[in-house]
Amino acid sequence: MKDLYQSQRAMRAMRRAALTRGVVAVLDVGTSKIACLILRFDGPDALRDGDGVGALAGQTAFRVIGVATTRSRGVRFGEIDAMPETERAIRTAVRGAQQMAGVRVDHAIACFSGAHPRSYGLAGEVEVHDRAVTETDIARALAACDLPDFGQGREVLHAQPVNFALDHRTGLGDPRGQVGNRLACDMHLLTVDNAPVQHLLDAIHRCDLELAGLASSAYAAGVAALVEDEQELGAACIDMGGGSTGLSVFMRKHMIYADAVRLGGEHVTQDIAKGLQVPRDVAERIKTLHGGVHATGVDDRERIALGGESGDWEKDRQTVSRSELIGIIRPRVEEILEEVRIRLDAAGWDSLPSQQIVLTGGASQIPGLDVLAPKILGQRVRLGRPMRVQGLPQAASSAAFSAAVGLSLFAANPQDEWWDFEIPAERYPARSLRRAMRWLKENW
Amino acid sequence: MRPLRHLWRGRAGDPAPSRMAYRMQRFWLTPVYRAAVRVGLPVFAVVLGVGLWFHDADNRQRLADLAAHLRDEVAGRPEFAVRLMAIDGASPVVAEAIREVAPVRLPASSFEIDLDAVRAAVAELDAVAAVDVRIRAGGILQVDVAERVPAVVWRGPGGIDLLDNGGRRVAALATRAARPDLPLIAGEGADAAVPEALALVAAAGPVADRLRGLVRVGERRWDVVLADAARGDQTILLPERGAVTALELVLALDAAQDLFARDLVSIDVRNIHRPTLRLRGQAVEELARIRSLEWGTPLPGGVGQ
Repeated sequence: MKDLYQSQRAMRAMRRAALTRGVVAVLDVGTSKIACLILRFDGPDALRDGDGVGALAGQTAFRVIGVATTRSRGVRFGEIDAMPETERAIRTAVRGAQQMAGVRVDHAIACFSGAHPRSYGLAGEVEVHDRAVTETDIARALAACDLPDFGQGREVLHAQPVNFALDHRTGLGDPRGQVGNRLACDMHLLTVDNAPVQHLLDAIHRCDLELAGLASSAYAAGVAALVEDEQELGAACIDMGGGSTGLSVFMRKHMIYADAVRLGGEHVTQDIAKGLQVPRDVAERIKTLHGGVHATGVDDRERIALGGESGDWEKDRQTVSRSELIGIIRPRVEEILEEVRIRLDAAGWDSLPSQQIVLTGGASQIPGLDVLAPKILGQRVRLGRPMRVQGLPQAASSAAFSAAVGLSLFAANPQDEWWDFEIPAERYPARSLRRAMRWLKENW
Repeated sequence: MRPLRHLWRGRAGDPAPSRMAYRMQRFWLTPVYRAAVRVGLPVFAVVLGVGLWFHDADNRQRLADLAAHLRDEVAGRPEFAVRLMAIDGASPVVAEAIREVAPVRLPASSFEIDLDAVRAAVAELDAVAAVDVRIRAGGILQVDVAERVPAVVWRGPGGIDLLDNGGRRVAALATRAARPDLPLIAGEGADAAVPEALALVAAAGPVADRLRGLVRVGERRWDVVLADAARGDQTILLPERGAVTALELVLALDAAQDLFARDLVSIDVRNIHRPTLRLRGQAVEELARIRSLEWGTPLPGGVGQ
């Protein structure tokens, strides 16, 4: 737990250094594509001062100066499967973005969708030292949360305080300076498997980049695709990626739950390839150009040439009707959505006051999804695209780039996490000189 | 595991940059290295090449020879030749002297003529007050001279010289008779007080026909010497300060009492409040005789003042 705290703090320091230098790369390592955005920050002068969140969630603070996308290689279910391949794919994306930007970038912020994310709700309570709440009290309250036993080989990815309660008043966003006796906090903890994270770190490190931040792509997609009201009132963002489908639930502008289904667009492609006996790239092309989930009468008459280079004329001239294609795609998409539904129900989605669902990610672009999804997920479903940021080309503003754009916003305007607060003195190892220093500082 | 051979086989179709290419691109995008490679490297190469070439003494000699040859070739072109020296504002004698002293041998290239040296050499001549030397179009070395105007003749320790009104030597003079129109001054240090001498000569206008000249005494004051064919020269001893005033006083005395017609050796006005006359021997005796007639007794001594 301690080394994670240290490494996350190191990443924070790195991110601060990157923002000072003004250039930072955003890497979305997905199953079907790797996207790299290069952001230029105009320095702290250009940022609007003032407390809290600036206007427009901070996306005016930076500008996208380089974008590159490449087909992902060696990634399965959002986790690195073949590291040299992935390293090459990351190099391709970074080189393309650097070439477009014309600057060298040394710091990267990355997100990934796999590694079995699991959410925990934590609560902690402490007595306030003085009458008014200070940052030390908040840190103590956060430290007082009981850590659940999340098992061997797991690591904390996000630990965000989502709610504070002072005596009998709850729902405080920022309790600093308020007067009370007992400070209670709720914290949302997201843990992931250790090994895939380590692999991603290694792969990025081998591309000569320093990692300046790490986020779950479900969270990043939610930041980008949910509008402010939805984040405030409560909504779920379903990021339908290539190898896994992430879902994140937002409420009062905090992520309160996240999970992932290890199914995605790649499985649809795989089904088509198996069902129609075509190579994967042909299946991918057919899915992208002709795919759908809602068959109508006209689809029976629309024939799709499968093509092929096998040399067998009969095989290469085969066609299928679009209805048949939809017949292959639809069950898989339904399966994904049902799986998501199960995860949401398990998280207590029914008890949330607002049940808005936003579908985003590359697989959400399949036609007819806006008709199919409400049948499974409830009536309040919409398709979401990422928020617009400066300098982002049109080609990179589709739903497939939600996570990358969300990560940019995360870089510009990060959520407070547990490790942003100082460790309270009690948490330092006994007989540590720093513990003595802290104790002196707190008592005089 | 898949065989790794496909990594090598598929190299050409792989869009991914090799690790080396990726690093080179990042290296190239770093501003410092970029500047070093684009500016520093060529500059270094050129400096190194030139330095190595110059390191050889033969090469240096060859380059110097080539430069000298080129220079000679350009300097030798007829457009740059100077064939004549034109001297304006100088008398024939002075012009001849200028031609002699000017350190040029015509015809010469205009690159080889050192105008400053010519100017300095000509300005050294005593007869030249100011000189302007330039090369005129058409290959002419133009020398504009302003001559010094002689104002007095000085019989000094080194012979007879002509001086201008500032006391600068203009030329030597063989005899005083060569320039009878100019006043004569004599004595050591006379050249340093020429303006005063000229003022005295001007003041002595009424006796100009008898004025032999001025004598500087002890490098501090003037004597005016007047010629008198019958009795010998008369001298007016003037004070250090206010010499002109004193001379005018003497001239006024002369106008009133016909002073110079008397048998005097000198008129001493060094103390202007007490002009003193010095009589000749005969005149002293004559004065004594007249006084004895008037007073009845001869005066003792024989000196009349």
